[in-house]
Amino acid sequence: MSVLDRWVNRAADHPPPGPFRAGFWRSPLRGPWFTAILSVALLPGITLMFLTGLASYAAYNPNLAPGNDTTPDKGLLGSWLPGWPAGPFWLYWVNQGVHVTLGLVLIPVVLAKLWSVLPKLFEWPPARSVTQLVERASLLLLVGGAVFELVTGVMNIQYYYAWPFGFYQAHYYGAWVFIAAFVVHVAFRLRTMVGALRGRSLRAELRTPVSQTTAEEPDPDHLVSADPAPATISRRGALGMVAAGSLTLVGLSVGQTIGGVTRSTALLAPRGQTIGLGSQELKPDFQVNKTAAEAGIDPVGASWRLELNGAANTSLSRPQLLAMPQHTARLPIACVEGWSTGLQTWTGVRLADLATKVGAAPDSSLFVESLQRGGGFGSATLSADQVTAADALLALQVNGADLTIDHGFPARVVVPALPGVHNTKWVTRMTFLPARG
Amino acid sequence: MTRREGVQLLALLASFVVAGYAGVRLLAGDVIGTGAWFVGSAVVHDLVLFPLYAGIDAALVMLLRRRPGWATVAGVRWLNYLRVPAVISGLLLLVWSPLILRVSDGAYHAASGLSAQPFLPRWFAVTVILFAISAVTLLVRALQSAEP
Repeated sequence: MSVLDRWVNRAADHPPPGPFRAGFWRSPLRGPWFTAILSVALLPGITLMFLTGLASYAAYNPNLAPGNDTTPDKGLLGSWLPGWPAGPFWLYWVNQGVHVTLGLVLIPVVLAKLWSVLPKLFEWPPARSVTQLVERASLLLLVGGAVFELVTGVMNIQYYYAWPFGFYQAHYYGAWVFIAAFVVHVAFRLRTMVGALRGRSLRAELRTPVSQTTAEEPDPDHLVSADPAPATISRRGALGMVAAGSLTLVGLSVGQTIGGVTRSTALLAPRGQTIGLGSQELKPDFQVNKTAAEAGIDPVGASWRLELNGAANTSLSRPQLLAMPQHTARLPIACVEGWSTGLQTWTGVRLADLATKVGAAPDSSLFVESLQRGGGFGSATLSADQVTAADALLALQVNGADLTIDHGFPARVVVPALPGVHNTKWVTRMTFLPARG
Repeated sequence: MTRREGVQLLALLASFVVAGYAGVRLLAGDVIGTGAWFVGSAVVHDLVLFPLYAGIDAALVMLLRRRPGWATVAGVRWLNYLRVPAVISGLLLLVWSPLILRVSDGAYHAASGLSAQPFLPRWFAVTVILFAISAVTLLVRALQSAEP
């Protein structure tokens, strides 16, 4: 027996008091089956969270122009991402709705899962081998990453920026740290999960009342209590409580994504309120991201002209834009935060027609600048696919009325499947940039 | 070291390489501040949130074990009729606390043009409804068990 082994054994015989002792953890519900059944929800759920998150990042077209990239030092963590398509129109709407709503759904499941494995945090001795010590360091990244991603996501959709970092960087790089730990965790534990699920029948568990609920058989990981107390809730009851928590969270927020008449059901979601910005023209009005007051926009008078640069340069007044062929498209504005405006009817000049007007090549990208003073997303670059999309507009009107100042008067960009903030409001200048080479 | 342990160590090493590559970028702006949020969120869960809810629950369970007479209404145990609405209400508060407690009022109004004023009364109303549904269910169960 080596010195290390002797030390480990001696430490194992003398755990500190409280949670470090086996007798402290007495719930009869903890055990490999209970942990595994929660993992059945988390494994596909977290995978989908990562993929929709990555898609959301790609939707900003970060590799098209430096200004589009919120994480310019990403290197291998996204320089390979393809461009984002200009449709179908619901693509970003659904992607972001799933990302944010699913994130809310998973919160009770993650909390239950952490509850189920918490005795492991206080395992004594902390590690019995080098491999175990390294694995525990990896678990810090797993648990820290999961909670960090949920906390930053939930705070961001409520505009609670209490942290010292930028949201996009933290949430994106945090997701990579987490997923690195998640993949090895799944690889190490998948067999344990499958074995535990085979050990008990879900159907039988769902029929077992509190009075007949007993602890699982002792397991090598010591999740099962060494001294289980009588059950006060069945496994069915505990899982039902987690499911009820998830369903309540979804039920009281999904309306902000779907919009329309369902919006008022999103009682606790940030964009569940109907909006009344005092506009007489738009009834009913719809959600905005960033008010004109916040963006430092003064009322724009008749002197406004759109500066248009391509092979030729010109500028157009609003009446001149209105005199051009008008196109109407029904599109939603969908925000990274998961809410949307629902479908609105936008009318304006096709971006493709503006490109033709200044003789821009059909493979040109488009740099759009706003009158907005300060703050994020005052400009955006659109890809050639987005410029040439049939429903890509410089909108002048919405739902049959002139844009209100909060919706971007005198003119705003609206492009299918584009993240909300890239649909630039209060446009002042558009520059078509021919593809290089 | 067994072969299996060797493979595991290698997989962990690969994971740390990816996590390190992302971690350097995560911490680039403010190492201490960002690191504190990353580690802190797990620590706050493990050492504050968990002891808080588990402690309250354990105290309640212990009380009812000492006073078995208090634990039932017409023969029906009411503990879970309290737990379920309390857990869901607490969960809603936990998730939506910035809006409910109005700590991000200014930024919320600037972004949306909306006021966060309705969220506290709405959360309170949802909580009342949750407890009411639970109470009615308990009452029905109690009446059923009272029948011969």
